[in-house]
Amino acid sequence: MTLGQGTEGSLLVDVVFWTIAVSLIVAAIAVVQSKNLFRSALFLIVSFIGVAGLFILLRAEFLAAVQVLIYVGAVSVLILFVILMNRDVETGSPSNSRVVVPVGIIAALFGAVAIFVALHTEWNMLEPALSPGGAAAGMAGEVGGVFSNAIPVVARLLIRDFVLPFEAASVLLLTAIIGALALVRER
Amino acid sequence: MSLESFLIVGAVIFSIGLYGALTKRNAITVLMCVELMFNAVTITAVAFSRYVAPSAVIGGVEGAAGAVLTGQVFAVFIITVAAAEVALGLAIVIAVYRSRQTVLVTDANQLRN
Repeated sequence: MTLGQGTEGSLLVDVVFWTIAVSLIVAAIAVVQSKNLFRSALFLIVSFIGVAGLFILLRAEFLAAVQVLIYVGAVSVLILFVILMNRDVETGSPSNSRVVVPVGIIAALFGAVAIFVALHTEWNMLEPALSPGGAAAGMAGEVGGVFSNAIPVVARLLIRDFVLPFEAASVLLLTAIIGALALVRER
Repeated sequence: MSLESFLIVGAVIFSIGLYGALTKRNAITVLMCVELMFNAVTITAVAFSRYVAPSAVIGGVEGAAGAVLTGQVFAVFIITVAAAEVALGLAIVIAVYRSRQTVLVTDANQLRN
C-alpha cells in the first residue's frame, strides 16, 4: 500500500522534486540579492510557482491551486503595483550594512539547527504505520482514500473541527480590507 | 523525495527569508522576504501532513483518517493570514511613502523622538 499510487519511488519524481527545490532556492536567493526591486518581485513569483509544484508533489492539489490563485494571482500583482507606485525602483533594496554579518550568522545558524532537528528526529512516519503489521494497518484503505479525494475531507475539517479559526479568518480578512482602505484613503 | 528533503527545503527558504527580512532597508523587500518565510512554513506543514501519522491514526480511532489532512487546513489558514498581512503591509508602505517620500524602514522613525 503506497499512498503515492506507485509513482513516489521513481527516479523521475526525484528529478522533478530536486529541479523544483533547486530553482525555488535560487529564486529565493535572487529575491534577497537582486539589485532591482521589480526583478526581485518577479523572482518572488517564480518561487511561489515552485512552492505550488512542491504542493502537487505532496499530493495537495487543492493547495497548489489556491497557491497559484492567491499568491501568483493576487499577492504578487499587489506587490508589483506598489513597486510601480514608488519612485525609487532603480535604487533597489540596500542592505543595512552594519547588521549583514551578524544576521547572516544568525540565519545560517537557524537553518543549520532546523536541518539538524529535521534529520535527527524520530518522526512517526505514516507509511510504516499503515503497512501490514503496522500500528494502524486497519486504516490503510481509509487514509489512502483521504489522500486520493482530499477536498471533501479538507472542507469537512474546515467547517466542523476548525470552524472557529475559519470564522476568525473571515473576520481578519474583513478587518484587513477595511484597514487597508482606511490607510491609503486620500485626505 | 522524503519528509526530510521537504523539511530541508523549508528550512533553507526560511533562513533566506529571515536574512532578507532582517537586513534589507526597503520595506517592500522586507514584506517579500516575510512572504518567503510564510511559504517555507506552509511547505513544512503540508509535508508533515503528507508523511507523519497523527496520533488518532496510530491509535486506530474510528473515522479519524481525515486527521492526516490537518496540515493542509493549517496551510489554508497561513495563506489567509499572509494575504491579510501583505494587504495591510503594502497599505502602510503607501501611507509612509505619502507622508515621508521614502520606503526605507530605517527612515520611518517618527515615533523615536
